[in-house]
Amino acid sequence: MSDPVSATPPVFAPWDDPSETPLIHFQNVTKRFGDFTAIDDLTIDIYEKEFFALLGPSGCGKTTLMRMLAGFETPSEGVINLAGKNIVSVPPNKRPVNMMFQSYALFPHLTVAQNIAFGLERSKMPKDKVGARVDEMLKLVQLEKFGGRKPHQISGGQRQRVALARSLAKAPKLLLLDEPLGALDKKLRTETQFELMEIQESTGTTFVIVTHDQEEAMTVASRIAVMDHGRMVQVDTPDRIYETPNSAYVADFIGDVNLIEGNAASHHKDGKIEIHWREGEPPVVGTPMVPIEDGTRCTFAIRPEKVHISKEHPEGKANILHGKILDIAYLGNISTYHVELPNGHVVKAQRSNSLRIERRKFTWEDEVWLWWTDTAGVVLTA
Amino acid sequence: MRPGRTLLILVPYLWLLALFLVPFGIVFKISLSDTALAIPPYLPTLDLSAGWSGFMEFLSELDFENYVFLTEDDLYLKAYLSSLSIALFSTVLTLLVGFPIAYGMANAPEHWRPALMMLVILPFWTSFLIRVYAWMGILANEGFLNQFLLWTGIIAEPLQIMNTNKAVYIGIVYTYLPFMVLPIYATLEKLDGSLLEAAEDLGCGRTEAFWRVTFPLSRPGMVAGSFLVFIPALGEFVIPSLLGGSSTLMIGKVLWEEFFSNRDWPVASAVAVVLLLILIIPIVLFQRNQQKQQEAEQ
Repeated sequence: MSDPVSATPPVFAPWDDPSETPLIHFQNVTKRFGDFTAIDDLTIDIYEKEFFALLGPSGCGKTTLMRMLAGFETPSEGVINLAGKNIVSVPPNKRPVNMMFQSYALFPHLTVAQNIAFGLERSKMPKDKVGARVDEMLKLVQLEKFGGRKPHQISGGQRQRVALARSLAKAPKLLLLDEPLGALDKKLRTETQFELMEIQESTGTTFVIVTHDQEEAMTVASRIAVMDHGRMVQVDTPDRIYETPNSAYVADFIGDVNLIEGNAASHHKDGKIEIHWREGEPPVVGTPMVPIEDGTRCTFAIRPEKVHISKEHPEGKANILHGKILDIAYLGNISTYHVELPNGHVVKAQRSNSLRIERRKFTWEDEVWLWWTDTAGVVLTA
Repeated sequence: MRPGRTLLILVPYLWLLALFLVPFGIVFKISLSDTALAIPPYLPTLDLSAGWSGFMEFLSELDFENYVFLTEDDLYLKAYLSSLSIALFSTVLTLLVGFPIAYGMANAPEHWRPALMMLVILPFWTSFLIRVYAWMGILANEGFLNQFLLWTGIIAEPLQIMNTNKAVYIGIVYTYLPFMVLPIYATLEKLDGSLLEAAEDLGCGRTEAFWRVTFPLSRPGMVAGSFLVFIPALGEFVIPSLLGGSSTLMIGKVLWEEFFSNRDWPVASAVAVVLLLILIIPIVLFQRNQQKQQEAEQ
């Protein structure tokens, strides 16, 4: 066999490679609107060919960040570098950046083909090449037959494709997508997410997507930046954001989570700690990522799917709680059990419904045991 | 159909019948009569007491003589053409003045817009006649405008504006400006701001984005405004007769002279009927424009 290095598939992780230079570099960028600080002293790197998601609740500054990349907002302070050049004072029409608008912003007086050609014609591309490029883009988004239609003569999903084709036509270094799938229904959205990823891969363009839909961000992105109040709370790959959130905010924002707040105490030798959280309940045993001192206020976060549920007392497990089923959320593929502890605290546990409904064994008011291993959750101090 | 609905539809039809079709019928009938030294000054008059034969005799006396007369004297053709050209030119002027105003209003901060709208509508609170007389005071040889320009030294001799077509243009532009501004403002205000951002994003400068996006998209407003100015300007009487001079030839003025100076009601009525026929063309086009716009919005 050949050497073992080439046998492992190359992992796309330019952010872990110190020799890579980022395509976009925000250096201490602040943006204020009057008294309101939309972006607060933010520094971040985005690498070439990344699919980078800006995720956060409305008003967290994600849209402002994107509009600064497009050139519609100028930072109050700081520097934005694109491919090594400061673009803060470059107007939007001179940037190698294109944007797909949330409202699509298709020109209603132009046909689909004219919409796609709009940017190309501005770039002084020869006429015959424009036509060829428009055809290429129509093919990319599978709208070959609709070039002659006006935007109001096609469906919402088709409009979304036209907007994508128009923003990709000029082959920008960077494509910005502002809630690109927000107006589509759920099924179409899921399909389109995969198409977006395919297009991103085939064109090799760097995508920055703004979304408030965490599922969408998890699906499409190579890295996710979780934002809150104009700051980056965590920037990481989707799996790390989910499995090792750095704060209770991120843990709570992404997916479903049980949060147990308490005081750290009595370190074990192997680095594990006990978290005393409620009188009468056994302490929770967890493994902090960084050593923390005794008495530190911390939050133990555990995903419901990592909490096991059983009718019999599980022997020899690190964390065991006893309670009564309060509620069952049946989602088809999985069920979430809301289990009330004697002290009133509710812990969620998830089970996949691999058995048909008549053979499931838990129901309302059942007394059950919950358990998880000492590495199933994370200990957060922020 | 339910009787309630029939009744509801009946109201506008009765309105149309009483206030348009019946008067038009009367005018049309007069236009087919002959002028006479009588009260009213035309013949025949309908006398229902004479019965059926009287009515038939009445009908037989009506003819299209007056319409033939309109084609024989070229005064009328000239007046129609001159009216068309004055109305057309003032419509273009109103568009040139009105568009920047509407554009400024639509781009003003939101809390300013109601006040600006008010300023556009406010002149309507004063009598139209008084406003036209005010223009006489401004435009006359010894009026405010000339006095001001003489005082600043820009001109040495007073400008002759009053009693010329220039004064008519000024009067029409001034009077009909709101009809131009409001529809254009309505289309510009609805314009999605992200369209301009998209244009810029795709490589347009600000000016190019205006010509490629804002301008074509405000066309329905410009067309509607132009019709709203052109249609009444074509038959305008007060402005040319008060501000215009003896050389200003407009069909509204001719109509007035036929009625009141010549007391030739039948010819005057024929002039009015032809004017209405000319106006039907732009009115139909206007309706079609409105309908198309509504369809596009759906």
